[in-house]
Amino acid sequence: MANVASTTASAGSELTARALREAVFSGLITLGLFVLFVGLKSDQNIRNELILTQRWGLLAIFVIVAMVGRFLMVAYAQPWLAQRKAAKAAAPEVAKEETFFSRNFSKIAILALVLYPPVIVALVGVQGSLKWVDNFGVQILIYVMLAWGLNIVVGLAGLLDLGYVAFYAVGAYSYALLSSYFGLSFWVLLPVAGILAACWGVVLGFPVLRLRGDYLAIVTLAFGEIIRLVLINWTEVTKGTFGVSGIAKATLFGIKFDASKDGFAALMGLPISSAYYKIFLFYLILGLALLTAFVTIRLRRMPVGRAWEALREDEIACRSLGINTTTTKLTAFATGAMFGGFAGSFFAVRQGFVSPESFVFLESAVILAIVVLGGMGSLTGIFVAAVVMIGGTEILRELTFLKMIFGPNFTPELYRMLIFGLAMVVVMVWKPRGFVGSREPTAFLRERKAVSGSFTKEGHG
Amino acid sequence: MTAPLLNVRGVETYYGNIRALNGVDVEVHRGEIVSLIGANGAGKSTLMMTIFGKPQARTGSIFFEGKDITRLPTHEIARLRIAQSPEGRRIFPRMTVLENLQMGASLDDLKHFKEDVEKVFTLFPRLKERQAQRGGTLSGGEQQMLSIGRALMARPKLLLLDEPSLGLAPLIIKGIFEAIKKLNKQEGLTVFLVEQNAFGALKLSDRAYVLVNGRVTMSGSGKDLLANPEVRAAYLEGGRH
Repeated sequence: MANVASTTASAGSELTARALREAVFSGLITLGLFVLFVGLKSDQNIRNELILTQRWGLLAIFVIVAMVGRFLMVAYAQPWLAQRKAAKAAAPEVAKEETFFSRNFSKIAILALVLYPPVIVALVGVQGSLKWVDNFGVQILIYVMLAWGLNIVVGLAGLLDLGYVAFYAVGAYSYALLSSYFGLSFWVLLPVAGILAACWGVVLGFPVLRLRGDYLAIVTLAFGEIIRLVLINWTEVTKGTFGVSGIAKATLFGIKFDASKDGFAALMGLPISSAYYKIFLFYLILGLALLTAFVTIRLRRMPVGRAWEALREDEIACRSLGINTTTTKLTAFATGAMFGGFAGSFFAVRQGFVSPESFVFLESAVILAIVVLGGMGSLTGIFVAAVVMIGGTEILRELTFLKMIFGPNFTPELYRMLIFGLAMVVVMVWKPRGFVGSREPTAFLRERKAVSGSFTKEGHG
Repeated sequence: MTAPLLNVRGVETYYGNIRALNGVDVEVHRGEIVSLIGANGAGKSTLMMTIFGKPQARTGSIFFEGKDITRLPTHEIARLRIAQSPEGRRIFPRMTVLENLQMGASLDDLKHFKEDVEKVFTLFPRLKERQAQRGGTLSGGEQQMLSIGRALMARPKLLLLDEPSLGLAPLIIKGIFEAIKKLNKQEGLTVFLVEQNAFGALKLSDRAYVLVNGRVTMSGSGKDLLANPEVRAAYLEGGRH
């Protein structure tokens, strides 16, 4: 026994020694790498002369971070990972009993979302809730809905669409223009916006019917840009880059959310605050998002949904089974676009202002990134991805303490794309199929079983 | 003799300017197993695909139950209850075995789904064991069974099989051929089979055609062709047997 203990002790000290050695090495490498980049900075002084600023302190921080990082990596992280791997290899994977939480995840999540505004109001008061309900709640849910809509096209039907934001724009402008020119209400225009976006989905769908993969991606990308450029240049109708402002707000059964006598606050006997409107918007977008999810889940069990998934897998096989691939693709485009249109008109009603600025390619990319990160086809995964990505970027705005470290000119928001990219790389290395890589089968004879993504080869499933 | 179920008359098919089929005549009658043998590049798979309308024949016509299907789109041809197990099997890899079978039955609106699934499972018990597994995780032989099973789910009047033996071990090929024979004998299913494995195909078939450079050079009963010295020299000797 004593013998064993002493060997582990010696192994431990050996490990520490090795970690120290490697830490020193990586410190030296860091020093060598950064001495010219960080340690010395060339600047111009007032007389336009080149001067060298010395930043030894910052260089020291770099070196220390590298050393400590390497030490921790070698001394703790690597043995821990090796141990875990060994343990995993030793114990064959047993089917885990699903916990209550994971079984009822979606129900719990919906309940939490429904309770979110009252809880926030109770915690930080009506006025304080504005930021949390609007910036976090509504903002995230818009992206959840957009990503769920795009999921129909990309995740289920396997048609890579890089111009999804075009349908978002169609929805937003449909509401903005029709309401400001004809004074129609939000509830009338919501379905109209969806239908118009769906029509544009079909318009896009027709020319790209024969395209797949990269080619399809390029054409849809161009389509997104065309819509944006039309919005910019058709100034008589869309007011170009100035955008449409003063868009009418939504009402709740005809009750307006304003400071007037018959406004919501007055009727309910509540103090006047814009927070009620935001909370109303929160429930509105929650409802729209849940509608998207519900329709997706239903459609997956119907012939058209099955055909979408089969189309993603093998188009030729689909045709030989009697599936009309033309209509199947067009319905996928139209359905996805319709939800984009709903989300767009919601966006317009929430902002009260739309301009082509809001519908740049980056938005399409973000939505697509959420779908991919979440695991194509998985509603839960996409929801989690949207919360992490959009919530994460919103939180960055809140990290004002970083200014104390990096100086007053540091604006954390500017780094959001950097962090977005980093997060994508990390997730793709860890879970190449996204947060939820498994696909829930839709056909059963007896009990249902989820099929893990890890069973199939990469690129085959 | 009654009119053939499938009647291919003088079909020429082109890929761009290259002629792949050069006036092919093939007849398949109800209840027959007919096979089409030939070397690589003879145009066997092209004929199979031309029957399914992709690519369409440039000249000539194809009749199914007396109806001209030459210019119909693929999915409408499939709706006439011609089912196909395409070359390379083309199952849906991410979908489970059961879902694959469900896709085969989509024409029928799943009316006889349970009944037909049971039939497929009796024919290929392996699929029953694997019903909740993803198609992509099956072995080659199982995938071929799934591909045939999926085609059967549409309750076809004519089953087209494009190289069901491709890349499979001899024992598995034997099993698949036996299943085809059984389907033909018990259910009276009409089968049109494209094969490189000439020996197996000829033994199985009532009649057969030999395709060379896009043209039918010989036809006759399976037995006759097996005994034919030219066929033996070209397709049988030097290979198996």
